[in-house]
Amino acid sequence: MLAYRDPIVCREVVELVSDYLEGALPRRQRRRFERHLADCPHCSEYLAQMRETIRLTGRLVPQDFSPAMLAEFSELFRSWREDSG
Amino acid sequence: MPSTASRRDCARRTVTAVNDDARLLERLRAGDEAAFVALVAGHHDAMLRLASHFVSSRAVAEEVVQDTWLGVLRGIDRFEGRSSIRTWLLAILVNRARTTGVREARSVAVADADAVVDPARFDAGGAWSSPPERWVEDAEDRLGAAALAGHIHAALEQMPPRQRAVVTLRDVDGLDSDEVCEVLALSQANQRVLLHRGRSHLRQALEAVMAGG
Repeated sequence: MLAYRDPIVCREVVELVSDYLEGALPRRQRRRFERHLADCPHCSEYLAQMRETIRLTGRLVPQDFSPAMLAEFSELFRSWREDSG
Repeated sequence: MPSTASRRDCARRTVTAVNDDARLLERLRAGDEAAFVALVAGHHDAMLRLASHFVSSRAVAEEVVQDTWLGVLRGIDRFEGRSSIRTWLLAILVNRARTTGVREARSVAVADADAVVDPARFDAGGAWSSPPERWVEDAEDRLGAAALAGHIHAALEQMPPRQRAVVTLRDVDGLDSDEVCEVLALSQANQRVLLHRGRSHLRQALEAVMAGG
Protein backbone atom coordinates (compact mmCIF):
# COMPACT_ATOMS: atom_id res chain seq x y z
CA MET A 1 0.00 0.00 0.00
CA LEU A 2 0.94 3.62 -0.26
CA ALA A 3 2.94 5.10 2.57
CA TYR A 4 1.15 8.25 3.72
CA ARG A 5 4.30 10.37 3.83
CA ASP A 6 5.40 9.74 0.26
CA PRO A 7 4.02 11.96 -2.46
CA ILE A 8 1.66 10.25 -4.91
CA VAL A 9 3.10 9.55 -8.36
CA CYS A 10 1.25 9.71 -11.68
CA ARG A 11 0.97 5.92 -11.98
CA GLU A 12 -0.94 5.91 -8.67
CA VAL A 13 -3.15 8.85 -9.62
CA VAL A 14 -4.73 6.94 -12.53
CA GLU A 15 -5.69 4.14 -10.13
CA LEU A 16 -7.06 6.47 -7.44
CA VAL A 17 -8.98 8.77 -9.76
CA SER A 18 -12.35 7.00 -9.45
CA ASP A 19 -12.17 6.81 -5.67
CA TYR A 20 -11.37 10.53 -5.75
CA LEU A 21 -14.38 11.30 -7.96
CA GLU A 22 -16.57 9.08 -5.77
CA GLY A 23 -15.48 10.96 -2.66
CA ALA A 24 -14.15 7.66 -1.31
CA LEU A 25 -10.55 8.68 -0.59
CA PRO A 26 -9.68 9.13 3.09
CA ARG A 27 -9.05 12.81 3.85
CA ARG A 28 -5.26 12.63 4.05
CA GLN A 29 -5.02 10.69 0.84
CA ARG A 30 -7.34 13.13 -0.88
CA ARG A 31 -5.07 15.98 0.17
CA ARG A 32 -2.03 14.15 -1.23
CA PHE A 33 -3.96 13.46 -4.44
CA GLU A 34 -4.89 17.13 -4.81
CA ARG A 35 -1.36 18.28 -4.02
CA HIS A 36 -0.12 16.09 -6.86
CA LEU A 37 -2.76 17.45 -9.25
CA ALA A 38 -1.81 21.03 -8.42
CA ASP A 39 1.72 20.37 -9.71
CA CYS A 40 0.97 17.95 -12.54
CA PRO A 41 -0.73 19.19 -15.74
CA HIS A 42 -0.75 15.65 -17.19
CA CYS A 43 -2.70 14.18 -14.31
CA SER A 44 -5.00 17.22 -14.32
CA GLU A 45 -5.68 16.47 -17.98
CA TYR A 46 -6.25 12.80 -17.13
CA LEU A 47 -8.79 13.76 -14.46
CA ALA A 48 -10.51 16.12 -16.92
CA GLN A 49 -10.70 13.28 -19.45
CA MET A 50 -12.31 10.97 -16.90
CA ARG A 51 -14.89 13.66 -16.13
CA GLU A 52 -15.53 14.23 -19.83
CA THR A 53 -15.85 10.47 -20.40
CA ILE A 54 -18.48 10.29 -17.67
CA ARG A 55 -20.31 13.29 -19.13
CA LEU A 56 -20.30 11.87 -22.66
CA THR A 57 -21.45 8.45 -21.42
CA GLY A 58 -24.29 10.17 -19.59
CA ARG A 59 -25.58 11.53 -22.86
CA LEU A 60 -26.33 8.11 -24.33
CA VAL A 61 -30.08 8.31 -24.30
CA PRO A 62 -32.54 5.51 -23.78
CA GLN A 63 -34.39 4.56 -26.91
CA ASP A 64 -37.78 6.06 -27.44
CA PHE A 65 -40.83 3.91 -27.16
CA SER A 66 -42.96 3.16 -30.12
CA PRO A 67 -46.73 3.49 -29.69
CA ALA A 68 -47.01 -0.22 -30.54
CA MET A 69 -44.75 -1.12 -27.66
CA LEU A 70 -46.74 1.00 -25.23
CA ALA A 71 -49.96 -0.59 -26.47
CA GLU A 72 -48.46 -3.99 -25.75
CA PHE A 73 -47.85 -3.01 -22.15
CA SER A 74 -51.34 -1.59 -21.77
CA GLU A 75 -52.55 -5.00 -22.84
CA LEU A 76 -50.28 -6.75 -20.33
CA PHE A 77 -51.60 -4.52 -17.57
CA ARG A 78 -55.24 -5.11 -18.51
CA SER A 79 -54.88 -8.86 -18.54
CA TRP A 80 -53.13 -8.75 -15.14
CA ARG A 81 -55.93 -6.61 -13.69
CA GLU A 82 -58.57 -8.97 -15.01
CA ASP A 83 -56.73 -11.99 -13.59
CA SER A 84 -56.23 -10.40 -10.20
CA GLY A 85 -59.54 -8.62 -10.00
CA MET B 1 -15.46 18.02 -1.94
CA PRO B 2 -19.27 18.00 -2.34
CA SER B 3 -20.74 21.31 -1.27
CA THR B 4 -23.50 21.64 1.27
CA ALA B 5 -25.69 23.01 -1.50
CA SER B 6 -25.26 19.93 -3.69
CA ARG B 7 -25.98 17.66 -0.72
CA ARG B 8 -29.12 19.68 -0.07
CA ASP B 9 -30.12 19.32 -3.72
CA CYS B 10 -29.55 15.63 -3.47
CA ALA B 11 -31.71 15.35 -0.35
CA ARG B 12 -34.46 17.36 -2.02
CA ARG B 13 -34.40 15.11 -5.07
CA THR B 14 -34.66 12.09 -2.82
CA VAL B 15 -37.69 13.49 -1.01
CA THR B 16 -39.35 14.30 -4.34
CA ALA B 17 -38.55 10.84 -5.66
CA VAL B 18 -40.00 9.15 -2.58
CA ASN B 19 -43.21 11.17 -2.94
CA ASP B 20 -43.39 10.35 -6.65
CA ASP B 21 -42.90 6.67 -5.89
CA ALA B 22 -45.63 6.70 -3.27
CA ARG B 23 -48.10 8.38 -5.64
CA LEU B 24 -47.22 6.00 -8.44
CA LEU B 25 -47.67 2.97 -6.19
CA GLU B 26 -51.05 4.22 -5.07
CA ARG B 27 -52.17 4.60 -8.68
CA LEU B 28 -50.80 1.18 -9.68
CA ARG B 29 -52.56 -0.53 -6.80
CA ALA B 30 -55.76 1.25 -7.76
CA GLY B 31 -55.44 -0.33 -11.22
CA ASP B 32 -54.42 2.81 -13.10
CA GLU B 33 -53.27 1.66 -16.52
CA ALA B 34 -51.64 4.97 -17.47
CA ALA B 35 -49.48 4.73 -14.35
CA PHE B 36 -48.22 1.33 -15.44
CA VAL B 37 -47.48 2.49 -18.97
CA ALA B 38 -45.57 5.47 -17.54
CA LEU B 39 -43.61 3.10 -15.32
CA VAL B 40 -42.73 0.90 -18.28
CA ALA B 41 -41.78 3.86 -20.45
CA GLY B 42 -39.52 5.16 -17.70
CA HIS B 43 -37.67 1.94 -16.97
CA HIS B 44 -38.03 -0.56 -19.79
CA ASP B 45 -34.96 0.51 -21.71
CA ALA B 46 -32.68 0.42 -18.65
CA MET B 47 -34.07 -3.01 -17.78
CA LEU B 48 -33.50 -4.34 -21.26
CA ARG B 49 -29.94 -3.11 -21.21
CA LEU B 50 -29.33 -4.58 -17.78
CA ALA B 51 -30.86 -7.91 -18.73
CA SER B 52 -28.68 -8.13 -21.81
CA HIS B 53 -25.60 -8.21 -19.57
CA PHE B 54 -26.72 -11.53 -18.16
CA VAL B 55 -28.20 -13.41 -21.08
CA SER B 56 -26.97 -14.33 -24.52
CA SER B 57 -29.44 -12.71 -26.85
CA ARG B 58 -31.69 -9.73 -27.24
CA ALA B 59 -34.71 -12.05 -27.53
CA VAL B 60 -33.94 -13.71 -24.20
CA ALA B 61 -33.36 -10.30 -22.60
CA GLU B 62 -36.77 -9.19 -23.82
CA GLU B 63 -38.34 -12.29 -22.33
CA VAL B 64 -36.65 -11.65 -19.01
CA VAL B 65 -37.91 -8.07 -18.96
CA GLN B 66 -41.42 -9.10 -19.95
CA ASP B 67 -41.36 -11.70 -17.20
CA THR B 68 -40.10 -9.09 -14.74
CA TRP B 69 -43.02 -6.78 -15.51
CA LEU B 70 -45.44 -9.58 -14.76
CA GLY B 71 -43.58 -10.26 -11.52
CA VAL B 72 -43.78 -6.57 -10.68
CA LEU B 73 -47.53 -6.48 -11.22
CA ARG B 74 -48.02 -9.59 -9.11
CA GLY B 75 -45.77 -8.27 -6.35
CA ILE B 76 -47.00 -4.68 -6.25
CA ASP B 77 -49.10 -5.23 -3.12
CA ARG B 78 -46.15 -6.71 -1.27
CA PHE B 79 -43.76 -3.88 -2.15
CA GLU B 80 -42.99 -2.05 1.09
CA GLY B 81 -41.21 0.98 -0.28
CA ARG B 82 -37.99 0.41 1.64
CA SER B 83 -36.06 1.00 -1.57
CA SER B 84 -37.06 3.11 -4.56
CA ILE B 85 -39.37 1.57 -7.17
CA ARG B 86 -36.52 1.68 -9.66
CA THR B 87 -34.15 -0.24 -7.38
CA TRP B 88 -36.89 -2.76 -6.67
CA LEU B 89 -37.64 -3.27 -10.38
CA LEU B 90 -34.01 -3.69 -11.30
CA ALA B 91 -33.33 -6.09 -8.43
CA ILE B 92 -36.25 -8.31 -9.53
CA LEU B 93 -34.87 -8.17 -13.04
CA VAL B 94 -31.36 -9.17 -11.98
CA ASN B 95 -32.72 -12.12 -10.01
CA ARG B 96 -34.68 -13.34 -13.00
CA ALA B 97 -31.87 -12.70 -15.43
CA ARG B 98 -29.48 -14.65 -13.21
CA THR B 99 -31.77 -17.66 -13.14
CA THR B 100 -32.17 -17.48 -16.90
CA GLY B 101 -28.67 -16.32 -17.74
CA VAL B 102 -26.47 -18.50 -19.86
CA ARG B 103 -23.51 -16.19 -19.60
CA GLU B 104 -23.59 -15.52 -15.90
CA ALA B 105 -21.80 -12.31 -15.12
CA ARG B 106 -20.36 -13.83 -11.93
CA SER B 107 -17.71 -15.57 -13.99
CA VAL B 108 -15.85 -12.26 -14.33
CA ALA B 109 -13.58 -11.56 -11.38
CA VAL B 110 -13.98 -8.21 -9.64
CA ALA B 111 -10.38 -7.75 -8.63
CA ASP B 112 -8.33 -7.64 -11.76
CA ALA B 113 -4.67 -6.88 -11.20
CA ASP B 114 -4.12 -5.23 -14.57
CA ALA B 115 -3.31 -1.53 -14.51
CA VAL B 116 -5.93 0.71 -16.17
CA VAL B 117 -3.21 2.62 -18.02
CA ASP B 118 -0.40 0.80 -19.85
CA PRO B 119 2.57 0.73 -17.38
CA ALA B 120 4.89 1.50 -20.31
CA ARG B 121 3.51 5.05 -20.30
CA PHE B 122 5.24 5.78 -16.97
CA ASP B 123 8.94 6.06 -16.20
CA ALA B 124 10.73 4.12 -13.47
CA GLY B 125 9.67 6.69 -10.88
CA GLY B 126 5.99 6.41 -11.85
CA ALA B 127 5.74 9.77 -13.67
CA TRP B 128 4.16 10.03 -17.13
CA SER B 129 6.66 9.36 -19.92
CA SER B 130 3.90 9.27 -22.52
CA PRO B 131 1.32 11.66 -21.04
CA PRO B 132 -2.30 11.92 -22.25
CA GLU B 133 -2.80 14.21 -25.24
CA ARG B 134 -5.29 17.00 -24.66
CA TRP B 135 -8.72 16.42 -26.21
CA VAL B 136 -11.32 17.37 -23.63
CA GLU B 137 -11.96 20.86 -24.99
CA ASP B 138 -12.61 19.90 -28.59
CA ALA B 139 -13.73 16.26 -28.57
CA GLU B 140 -17.20 17.08 -29.88
CA ASP B 141 -15.98 19.55 -32.49
CA ARG B 142 -13.58 16.97 -33.86
CA LEU B 143 -15.87 13.98 -33.99
CA GLY B 144 -19.45 15.08 -33.54
CA ALA B 145 -21.83 13.90 -30.84
CA ALA B 146 -23.24 10.97 -32.79
CA ALA B 147 -19.83 9.50 -33.63
CA LEU B 148 -18.71 9.89 -30.02
CA ALA B 149 -21.82 8.08 -28.83
CA GLY B 150 -21.10 5.29 -31.32
CA HIS B 151 -17.56 4.85 -30.02
CA ILE B 152 -18.76 4.77 -26.41
CA HIS B 153 -21.39 2.17 -27.31
CA ALA B 154 -18.78 0.03 -29.03
CA ALA B 155 -16.42 0.27 -26.03
CA LEU B 156 -19.26 -0.66 -23.65
CA GLU B 157 -19.98 -3.72 -25.77
CA GLN B 158 -16.41 -4.94 -25.36
CA MET B 159 -16.41 -4.59 -21.59
CA PRO B 160 -16.79 -7.55 -19.22
CA PRO B 161 -20.50 -7.79 -18.30
CA ARG B 162 -20.23 -6.72 -14.67
CA GLN B 163 -18.19 -3.63 -15.51
CA ARG B 164 -20.65 -2.79 -18.25
CA ALA B 165 -23.60 -3.25 -15.90
CA VAL B 166 -22.09 -0.95 -13.27
CA VAL B 167 -21.01 1.77 -15.72
CA THR B 168 -24.34 1.69 -17.54
CA LEU B 169 -26.40 1.86 -14.36
CA ARG B 170 -24.29 4.65 -12.89
CA ASP B 171 -23.46 6.80 -15.89
CA VAL B 172 -26.26 6.16 -18.40
CA ASP B 173 -29.22 5.38 -16.13
CA GLY B 174 -28.10 7.69 -13.34
CA LEU B 175 -28.38 5.35 -10.36
CA ASP B 176 -26.28 6.24 -7.31
CA SER B 177 -23.72 3.84 -5.86
CA ASP B 178 -26.07 2.56 -3.12
CA GLU B 179 -28.71 1.69 -5.71
CA VAL B 180 -26.22 -0.11 -7.93
CA CYS B 181 -24.92 -2.12 -4.96
CA GLU B 182 -28.45 -3.14 -4.10
CA VAL B 183 -29.46 -4.03 -7.65
CA LEU B 184 -26.35 -6.05 -8.46
CA ALA B 185 -25.75 -7.34 -4.91
CA LEU B 186 -22.26 -5.83 -4.78
CA SER B 187 -20.25 -4.36 -1.90
CA GLN B 188 -19.39 -0.66 -2.18
CA ALA B 189 -15.72 -1.55 -2.66
CA ASN B 190 -16.44 -3.98 -5.50
CA GLN B 191 -18.83 -1.53 -7.11
CA ARG B 192 -16.06 1.09 -7.12
CA VAL B 193 -13.50 -1.33 -8.59
CA LEU B 194 -15.87 -2.24 -11.44
CA LEU B 195 -16.79 1.41 -12.02
CA HIS B 196 -13.13 2.41 -12.03
CA ARG B 197 -12.12 -0.25 -14.51
CA GLY B 198 -15.11 0.42 -16.75
CA ARG B 199 -14.77 4.21 -16.83
CA SER B 200 -11.02 3.93 -17.35
CA HIS B 201 -11.65 1.60 -20.27
CA LEU B 202 -14.04 4.12 -21.83
CA ARG B 203 -11.53 6.95 -21.39
CA GLN B 204 -8.89 4.79 -23.02
CA ALA B 205 -11.22 4.07 -25.94
CA LEU B 206 -11.93 7.78 -26.43
CA GLU B 207 -8.23 8.56 -26.27
CA ALA B 208 -7.55 5.99 -29.00
CA VAL B 209 -10.29 7.50 -31.17
CA MET B 210 -8.92 11.02 -30.69
CA ALA B 211 -5.40 9.88 -31.55
CA GLY B 212 -6.68 8.23 -34.73
CA GLY B 213 -9.00 11.04 -35.80
